[in-house]
Amino acid sequence: MVEREIQVTNKLGLHARPAAMLVQTASKFKSEIRLKKDDVEANAKSILSVMMLAAEAGSLVTIKAEGEDEQQAVETLTKMFEEKFGEE
Amino acid sequence: MKKPDKQVCTIYRGTPASPGVVIGKVFLLNRESIEVVQETVPKAEVKNEVSRFKRALHDSKEEVVKIREKVAKRIDPDHAKIFDAQIMIIGDDFINDAVIKRIKRDRNNAEFVYRKVIDRSIKTLSSSKDEYLKERIMDINAVANRLIYNLLGIKRLTLESIDSPVILVARSLSPGDVVHMKKESILAFATDMGGGTSHVALLAKSMGIPAVVGLKNFFDQAQDKQSIVLDGMKGEVVICPDERTLKEYEKRRKHILQKTEELSQLKLLPAETQDGKKIELSANIELPSDTDSALEYGAEGVGLFRTEYLYIARSDFPTEEEQHQAYQEVAEKVHPKSVILRTFDLGGDKFDEHARGVYEANPFLGWRAIRACLDLPEMFKVQLRAMLRASDKKNIKIMFPMISEVGELQKAKAILNEAKDELRAKGVPFDQNVPVGIMVEIPSAALVGDALAKNCDFFSIGTNDLIQYTLAVDRGNEKIAHLYQGFHPAVLKLIKQSIDAAHRNGIWVGLCGEMAADPLATMLLVGLGVDELSTSAMAIPEIKKIIRSMKLEEAKIHAQEVLKLSSVDEIEKFLSEDYVKRFGKDNKSRPV
Repeated sequence: MVEREIQVTNKLGLHARPAAMLVQTASKFKSEIRLKKDDVEANAKSILSVMMLAAEAGSLVTIKAEGEDEQQAVETLTKMFEEKFGEE
Repeated sequence: MKKPDKQVCTIYRGTPASPGVVIGKVFLLNRESIEVVQETVPKAEVKNEVSRFKRALHDSKEEVVKIREKVAKRIDPDHAKIFDAQIMIIGDDFINDAVIKRIKRDRNNAEFVYRKVIDRSIKTLSSSKDEYLKERIMDINAVANRLIYNLLGIKRLTLESIDSPVILVARSLSPGDVVHMKKESILAFATDMGGGTSHVALLAKSMGIPAVVGLKNFFDQAQDKQSIVLDGMKGEVVICPDERTLKEYEKRRKHILQKTEELSQLKLLPAETQDGKKIELSANIELPSDTDSALEYGAEGVGLFRTEYLYIARSDFPTEEEQHQAYQEVAEKVHPKSVILRTFDLGGDKFDEHARGVYEANPFLGWRAIRACLDLPEMFKVQLRAMLRASDKKNIKIMFPMISEVGELQKAKAILNEAKDELRAKGVPFDQNVPVGIMVEIPSAALVGDALAKNCDFFSIGTNDLIQYTLAVDRGNEKIAHLYQGFHPAVLKLIKQSIDAAHRNGIWVGLCGEMAADPLATMLLVGLGVDELSTSAMAIPEIKKIIRSMKLEEAKIHAQEVLKLSSVDEIEKFLSEDYVKRFGKDNKSRPV
């Protein structure tokens, strides 16, 4: 399993649009991918699950992936967070 | 709730979603009350129930995809993206698998199980502190309703079928509903739910349909076919069965239309007092694309280009070339009028923590604007070179924000000179004498105005920050927002000192905060001696009209009177009474 902690930096947090982008990308991987914020875990392939994390700007999220492409999955998703999903 | 037959005029206040004043008859959209009942599915039917659910998913998805295409064609592709989230919610296998599992396990009907699972998500989201996420509940509900209608085989009334002109009143509307509205038949709409930043509001605005949302309990009070007035600017709906009152609103509506017309005729006339004092009336812009509408409203140039929006719009630093193109574009569009480029004012509320690198307890008193730029001279020089390169036609002025004393101004000018030297060495043409000014927005700057005026070519008074720093009030803090008072005598004193210091030293002075757009303040500011006012484009015609109606001499007396008053209440009372005396109550359209 690969794990990485990342900070949500886009101003509006993980709202509908970035959540949609994240889920679309996560769904391309075979691994099981989960996002963890505080004590809440979300399935990264479910839009509602990701939105329910309610990850606001500044919150810390851990990306966990398990499966054959886990390394690549975590790296790709980390990059999306770092690039703020193309937002401010 | 019982609806009384006879009512006096009742005003319901909600949130403005899309501007426009409309009088029309209510069309009550009664469809939200679908009760989903729990049923037990016979064992043999469970498989059918699951496929019924899957079919409804499929149909719902197709419907939303169609709406999405329609929006992309009729409005624009960006707005179409709103529906991506809905399509994904329908396709959310995490939810759908849970529903299917529970249909099988509990042998309950699909609509009941789906509603239950979705409601759990909604509950979690509604406890979020994030307003933006809360508004997504509307998207989820829109999906759930659509799916349940499809499961129950109920034909939804699409709004396309409404064809007499009405004001639509609903508990809530989905973005998909708005897209189906025909402008000829739906004059406006009002909903109990929703906020000003919702997708529904966004779509209404771009389709030009006036709307008020967030009315909370209007739906239960309104009656079908009843005449109401909807004011999308104020965010109000008025129930008015009384003919006479209706007539008055009709008059008001015509008056507003007429006034808009009248103001647009002002476009080509100068902002000049009756005794010949010309005030330069220019616009504040955030991105180059704002320039066209600024000119459309009759702006005489750009008085404040908030260049940090080039950064905010994309969240990393634009290159010198990209910045240059942005500045050049504005300079060319306004030529021969001029544009004031304010160097990056990042920090405060406009720089996220991540980019700032360190946590600041008081960002407004922290590392922002010129302070950050002086610490990052290379980044600063990139911006200054980009500005200088656009100054070739001699219609660019450079302005530094958050200057607190002369030393800072001199440091900033030294870096500007380095940037000039670099361009000279390369033989790049630019305006050698590009005017350099400062924002007067820290009280200390107003207090040392003479020293600053001797070292620059113009002042622009930034009232938003000046008020905040003078009164120690964060206007974003709701609890104390009422203490944020532009007409505080201390603020007026600082404005007067800045203007006097500028004129004593032979430079011109403008004002670019929100006070410049306040009709109550115009005569006072002209009387105090400002040479330029820079406002949001929309406010320009109104302010111009006021300037054209006064004499400089009477404005001066007016200002002297105001300066004699000692409390905020007295000043506000004096200004509004004077305004009503001049323009009548009806005309008063002061932004609230």
